[in-house]
Amino acid sequence: MGIIVSLGAVLAIMVVAWIGGSISGLQPIFGVLVPYAAFAVFLVGFCRKVVDWAKSPVPFRIPTTAGQEVSLPWIKSAKLDNPSTTAGVIGRMFLEVFCFRSLFRNTRADLRSGYLYYSPSKWLWLFAIGFHYAFLIIALRHLRLFVHPIPGFVETLDAVDGMFQIGIPPIYLTDLLFVGAVTALLCRRLFLSKVRFISLPADYFPLFLLLGIGITGLLMRFVFRVDIVSVKQLANGLASLHPTVPDNIGSIFFVHVALVSTLFAYFPFSKLMHMGGVFMSPTRNLANTNRMERHENPWWTPPKFHTYAEYEDMYRDLMKEAGLPLERE
Amino acid sequence: MAKELTPQEMLRIDLSPPTQDWMDIPVEIKPGIYCYPAKPEKLEIVGMPNAHEWNPLDEDWNLPEGWKETFLEGMRERLDKHRTFKIFMDICVRCGACADKCHFFLGSGDPKNMPVVRGELIRSIYRGEFTKAGKILGRLAGGRKLTEDVLKEIWSYMFQCTECRRCSLFCPYGIDTAEITIIGRELLNLLGLNINWIQEPVANCYETGNHLGLLPHTFVQNIEFLLMDIEEYVGIKIEPSFNRKGAEILFITPSGDVFAEPGIYTLMGYLMIFEHIGLDYTWSTYACEGGNFGFFTSLEMAQRLNAKMYHEAERLGVKWILGGECGHMWRVVHQYMNTFNKPVPTMEEPVSPITGTKFENAKSLKMVHMSEFTADLIKHGKLNLDPSRNDHYKVTFHDSCNPSRGMGMFEEPRYIIKNVCNHFYEMPENTIREQTFCCGSGSGLNAGENMELRLRGGLPRANAAKYVHEKYGVNMLANVCAIDRAVLPASMEYWCPDMQVAGVSELVANALIMEGEGPRTMNLRGEEIPGMAPAEEESEGTEDV
Repeated sequence: MGIIVSLGAVLAIMVVAWIGGSISGLQPIFGVLVPYAAFAVFLVGFCRKVVDWAKSPVPFRIPTTAGQEVSLPWIKSAKLDNPSTTAGVIGRMFLEVFCFRSLFRNTRADLRSGYLYYSPSKWLWLFAIGFHYAFLIIALRHLRLFVHPIPGFVETLDAVDGMFQIGIPPIYLTDLLFVGAVTALLCRRLFLSKVRFISLPADYFPLFLLLGIGITGLLMRFVFRVDIVSVKQLANGLASLHPTVPDNIGSIFFVHVALVSTLFAYFPFSKLMHMGGVFMSPTRNLANTNRMERHENPWWTPPKFHTYAEYEDMYRDLMKEAGLPLERE
Repeated sequence: MAKELTPQEMLRIDLSPPTQDWMDIPVEIKPGIYCYPAKPEKLEIVGMPNAHEWNPLDEDWNLPEGWKETFLEGMRERLDKHRTFKIFMDICVRCGACADKCHFFLGSGDPKNMPVVRGELIRSIYRGEFTKAGKILGRLAGGRKLTEDVLKEIWSYMFQCTECRRCSLFCPYGIDTAEITIIGRELLNLLGLNINWIQEPVANCYETGNHLGLLPHTFVQNIEFLLMDIEEYVGIKIEPSFNRKGAEILFITPSGDVFAEPGIYTLMGYLMIFEHIGLDYTWSTYACEGGNFGFFTSLEMAQRLNAKMYHEAERLGVKWILGGECGHMWRVVHQYMNTFNKPVPTMEEPVSPITGTKFENAKSLKMVHMSEFTADLIKHGKLNLDPSRNDHYKVTFHDSCNPSRGMGMFEEPRYIIKNVCNHFYEMPENTIREQTFCCGSGSGLNAGENMELRLRGGLPRANAAKYVHEKYGVNMLANVCAIDRAVLPASMEYWCPDMQVAGVSELVANALIMEGEGPRTMNLRGEEIPGMAPAEEESEGTEDV
């Protein structure tokens, strides 16, 4: 059910944008209003979510320790997997955010003739990191449409990404990687029974959305060629806050823009917020210094406990008989 | 029921979930899996709310009036108090990396035991009751309402999680199911829905100071019995002190080791090590529990029980606290105690009086782990050791969940074992150190009535133990956890019958050459040590054995 609804929603967005984009009077809505609104929702929503998280304190220091602690001077500690310094935490977070360290640990367990076997399983890591980096590079490459003059690093990225010069216009490696990785992530959800079991509409929807973005992007480049000069004019206009809508852009462009806008607007209210959350996860971003330094809990209240005096009052005779020292005879 | 299932039958596990939507699979409370409910009087002793009679197998749980509001209000409060909870409700992408990391899932095949689903049980309520999208779109947004059936499902699976954090290790965002379970259990406790195996120890610990409810004189007597055993097997008379003011160090260990095999051998080990080095320390009958079942109830209850440690340290005027071998005790001590309590000004930064080593890593909390302490003694040559006395043991080490993923103590116990045993073999790498598997009975799930659950959850650990047993002939599963010592024997008996279980300090004491000791022909269990039987020509001292 989740699959059909999610796919249906994405297709509906595409159809509406296609129709809207082909009616010239509606083009300002789909080319200007929708992207602006979506971006605003994204910015405001993202910040509000992060602020909302930050409002809840971290009462306890609970890093998941994944290596040897700092203890005796002759025992080597795991500086990144069990950091005890800020530098170590930064290192751990760098590996987490840029290399997907925890995901790289992944194993699969199989039960065969009474024995459990564990083997490294890097597919999820590979698809995930492939998708994220491809997406990042594609997003950066798109800056050439928004910024004038085009920054040098964007030119370099473009050149490297398109270096194989396959076909005309040359196909970008990241485009293939993006569509391939998103497809692979989708296939996991569709065909692996465990992943399918846990998948919700909220898991299929962004994947279809991303796939739609990738495919419409490729279509614009290779099939329904859009006028790149007009696209650039529109994008530049958006970025400089003087939007104009040139009249000869193909409808497919508006479909692409609508899907990207949906992604932006949907982002703050969805699991995609893991982008912000990963930085704030207390099991990863805290140093394991619990016994070295005190960590305050802002809502700390003094414990109501059974004091020694109460205990002695309760058991004085028994304690006396057992020859235990007493505070009061 | 577990008793009727042979290991072969138990191993018929299907790890492929059904195609059904998990929200459509009704909860089933099964004998052998669930634990008996908390007795109302045990809740009342510590003043916990909504104590009432109920039976998990009944349709009607006699839920208190307004239970739904209480639960949701409790959830709102915890979202505001714990950034972890709030973030973990929002950012799970359901990638499935955690799915096959849980020992309960691997041992049962129950798909709701996949950590992600355990989290989703509560996340679905969060979405359905707290987010706009979930309120409007319902299931389409992954949300559902809190109903009695949903509550029963949450109850069932919050008590099928041992808070071992193995899943959190593999989560790309560090989502910690233990954190969700801790808060989930807190919410259930608002409605009086604890299990008795947790609540009774909590009540006992609150009043008598220990989980077993041993009264002060019984606690002392139990240790005296063990002293008599030491005298018999080792030939050394030890006279430890109790509640002694002015001692340098207060020693606190889980009470299970005072009472049951094989933990008592670990405790005998402590007594012998301290005697050997002449440590100025004392036991306390008031703060005589290292373990903290309050932690499996609510963080507040954990704090209330934990407070006794510092309270007693201050009263006795000790410089610092030495803590025995225990798993969740060390999670609480290492990650929570320094926040639960205000510092005790009379205590000092811990320094080993024997070696002069400053325990810099514990300078603020002032509490040192027995393995850290012992490893330091061995490194400085302060223990005379004859590892050959452990030659009849082929040893492997089971990393307990909490000292592994909530502290990071891996090398100390290994260093000790390698110095006191000649035969040490590691279990496969995906089952040790930070990737270690739970014993299957942690976090208060070591009751008798849920034995099937325990054996299923114990499968991955036992399976790895069986592997080294068959490959290297390993026959001793060493560990630093009192719950391990209490529960692994049952798990091993079922899955790997020739495997014994011992605390690390027991192995140390076996190898320890004490000044003035008699002929060591027996180990601490009172068993003849093979090859150490009295030789013909020097048999005069042992003829009467």
